[in-house]
Amino acid sequence: MSGIQSWGVCIPRLRLSRKTIGAAMGWVNPSLKTARGERSICNWDEDSLTMAVEAARCALPSRAARDSVSTVMLASTTLPFADRSNSTVLASALSLDDSALTLDVTGSQRSATAALAQALSSSGRGHTLVAAADRRLARPGSDQESSYGHGGAAIVVGADEGVAELIAQHHRAADFVDHHRLTDSPFDYSLEERWVREAGWQTLVPDTLQALLTNAQIASKDIAHLVIDAPPALARKIASLAGISENALVDNLAAQCGQTGVGHPLLMLASALERAKAGELVLLVGFGQGVDALLFRATAKIGSHKPSRSVVEALGDRREETEYTRFLSHCGLLPVEFGMRAERDSRTAQTVAWRRHEDIYAFTGGRCTQCGTVQFPRARVCVAPACRQAGEQEPIPLAEKTARIKTFTEDWLAFSPRPPLVYGNVAFAVGGNAFIEFADFAPSEAKVNDEVRFVFRLKDIDRTRGFRRYFWKAAPMNSAAVGS
Amino acid sequence: MASGIRDKVVILGMGCARFGERWDCGPDDLMLEAFEEATRDAGIERDQLEAAWLGVFYDEQSVSKSALSLAMTLRLPQIPVSRVENLCATGTEALRGAAYAVASGACDIALAMGVEKLKDTGFGGLPERTKGTFEDLWQPGFTPPGAFAQLGAAYAAKHGIAIDELRRAMAHVSVKSHANALHAPKAHLRKAITSDQVLSAPMIAYPLGVLDCCGVSDGAACAIVTTPEMAKSLGRRDAVAIKAMQLVASNGYELSHADWDGAHTPTTRRAATRAYAEAGVKDPSREVSLMEVHDCFSITELVLMEDLGFSAEGRAPTDILDGRYDRDGRNPCQTDGGLKCFGHPVGASGLRMVYEVYNQLLGRAGERQLPSPSLGLTHNLGGIPNRNIASVSLFGLKTL
Repeated sequence: MSGIQSWGVCIPRLRLSRKTIGAAMGWVNPSLKTARGERSICNWDEDSLTMAVEAARCALPSRAARDSVSTVMLASTTLPFADRSNSTVLASALSLDDSALTLDVTGSQRSATAALAQALSSSGRGHTLVAAADRRLARPGSDQESSYGHGGAAIVVGADEGVAELIAQHHRAADFVDHHRLTDSPFDYSLEERWVREAGWQTLVPDTLQALLTNAQIASKDIAHLVIDAPPALARKIASLAGISENALVDNLAAQCGQTGVGHPLLMLASALERAKAGELVLLVGFGQGVDALLFRATAKIGSHKPSRSVVEALGDRREETEYTRFLSHCGLLPVEFGMRAERDSRTAQTVAWRRHEDIYAFTGGRCTQCGTVQFPRARVCVAPACRQAGEQEPIPLAEKTARIKTFTEDWLAFSPRPPLVYGNVAFAVGGNAFIEFADFAPSEAKVNDEVRFVFRLKDIDRTRGFRRYFWKAAPMNSAAVGS
Repeated sequence: MASGIRDKVVILGMGCARFGERWDCGPDDLMLEAFEEATRDAGIERDQLEAAWLGVFYDEQSVSKSALSLAMTLRLPQIPVSRVENLCATGTEALRGAAYAVASGACDIALAMGVEKLKDTGFGGLPERTKGTFEDLWQPGFTPPGAFAQLGAAYAAKHGIAIDELRRAMAHVSVKSHANALHAPKAHLRKAITSDQVLSAPMIAYPLGVLDCCGVSDGAACAIVTTPEMAKSLGRRDAVAIKAMQLVASNGYELSHADWDGAHTPTTRRAATRAYAEAGVKDPSREVSLMEVHDCFSITELVLMEDLGFSAEGRAPTDILDGRYDRDGRNPCQTDGGLKCFGHPVGASGLRMVYEVYNQLLGRAGERQLPSPSLGLTHNLGGIPNRNIASVSLFGLKTL
């Protein structure tokens, strides 16, 4: 029986306190004033694709793990490209073998659980990466603005039982429209919550769970972890209707990051797997125009599997966004005056991007075959003064390497959607220098000699032609809590 | 072994337009302003010019890409005219073209013109431009101050100096240049400032505040060069001769190699070594009477004092604060205010530097005249520390 081999998560570093939202927008929606906790928000250079890359890197930390992947599924309702394979960009950024089958899965909040079910059902040539992420917009002052979060998760599945073996799955298709969004609309249109709860969740989900448990001949009381991406009261009601103990409910992380969209059930699943013990049953539910229910049993390997970044660590790596208007600007909801420098043309020469796609998307440098000097970008002639060997350089992947800050600046003159633009020179531990933009550094945070890692981010947005280009940036190492 | 061009070329005349925000002028007006001064100074007619070089960097900014704007503006007498461009070393490149032509014997009298009309962008600072189709995919969206600011954090770290201490020395660089420009009638920024003003100015790119940055100006400067023999035949007894012109382009070391410390410009060091050898200079700090260096930002000038062999490694901040590079110091630097205050119309800057050295050597520098200077140095750093063009040139008096 197939199973989950590993998992990874991505929660953007920025958090917006619901108090901040309430203070700004409570005048139109007084209930916002009493909302507690915080939600995760993307920096200007993060989107569904970059979060999927980050979660997938976490799920596939080693070259060997990546080499085992033959299928890539990317689930989201907010993919940056409507027509350009987003999952292929993901595969490129992960430097996967180009024989991989790549597909985008979209159209409903159930996309990730559906993709996971499909991945587990297909025999597959190798492992399947199921990555999911969403960066949903919400109207200022709406309940969704406060309850939504941005984030993603990735699950790697294979024919082997792995850390959690699939026991059973059951699906229900139902065109129940709790909310909807047209392809060209920026915002969800949500229907009355009571109707959604009672006619939707409380009716469709327990039925599906019962059918699954009956078919699998599993007693509902044996479910140790119930992953149901719903508010606590609703989740309790559904558990009770399905005969599952309330104690099995997995925290929906609403207080720490909000509901992160398509990837949220997988994020909660990761959270459950990080606590599950061998033999325990984990029931995953996806909801959106129907129901997906997948039942897993943690195997003996669960105890020894340590994710490269746990949900707790991802939640702990946080910085508070204190400027509500900056959040709006990042969401494209506030037309800020960035000055004439923002008029710079960011046209991409696609011929060059394709010719150098390994350099740019996989962040591949070159290593001289004569003297071993590492250099970025890869060159035809070695940069080492004593060498100058000409010819093909050995590709060296730099994305997973660390580096130290040699020097940097915080540039208030350069255009950045989040001034100042921070950039500098970093020296890789393996050798080589990169003159590169920094990500996620607050003003005054960068220091010479600090260690950095690299993250896949938006480099420029070409509004004239409707294109986004991506590259890697140097980011702080910290995974521990960071104050604001 | 090539002998170089030492003493093979002399400057017959020079001209320089008033630098600044010349809202009333186009590039043609600026070129003519400089040219008319230069021909008067040289005592020749335009028909005596046999070849010309035009240096302009931002070709998108109205001057145009080709040599035609120079030929047409000056109504040159159907002679070879070439446009050259090498980032902020563009003006020096124009002079190098003209000097090489004369030194080779290809012609007797040649013109080098540098011009830039920057203030038609509608915003402050240098124009935005693409960095190249591949570079745009990965290089930071940097500005010149941000790219040069890289020298600051690296220099402080390398020499274990607190950034505030470094900034005090950087502030003195600007204060000194502002003081000098008070005596330069054609300078863009002619206003004395204090260190406190520099240190409390708004931050542009850490650790550079707005008063650590040079002026962005319109301007033009030109030189008419010839052989010593021709100068003599035109009645000259003494002339300013080119003693050395050296230029080094980065080969990618600073951009890609881990060893570069980010706190010095290897290209300047190499160009300086070669220029001193070409001119026969053994000890620049004793022999060079004045220098005009590429002080696009205060940190650049600070670092250059070491790269050009004046200050010992790590000593530039102390030497600067001690007044060594002030107009009355041991090695006067930027006697006309430099890029900082005279202004920086990119294509003209290299020739503007030569204009100051030329006038100082001939004793024509008015209120800012140094006592009997004999050897002057000009230096450009085009591009950014990560990849640049460095030029070092030396000029001295020659009896014909």
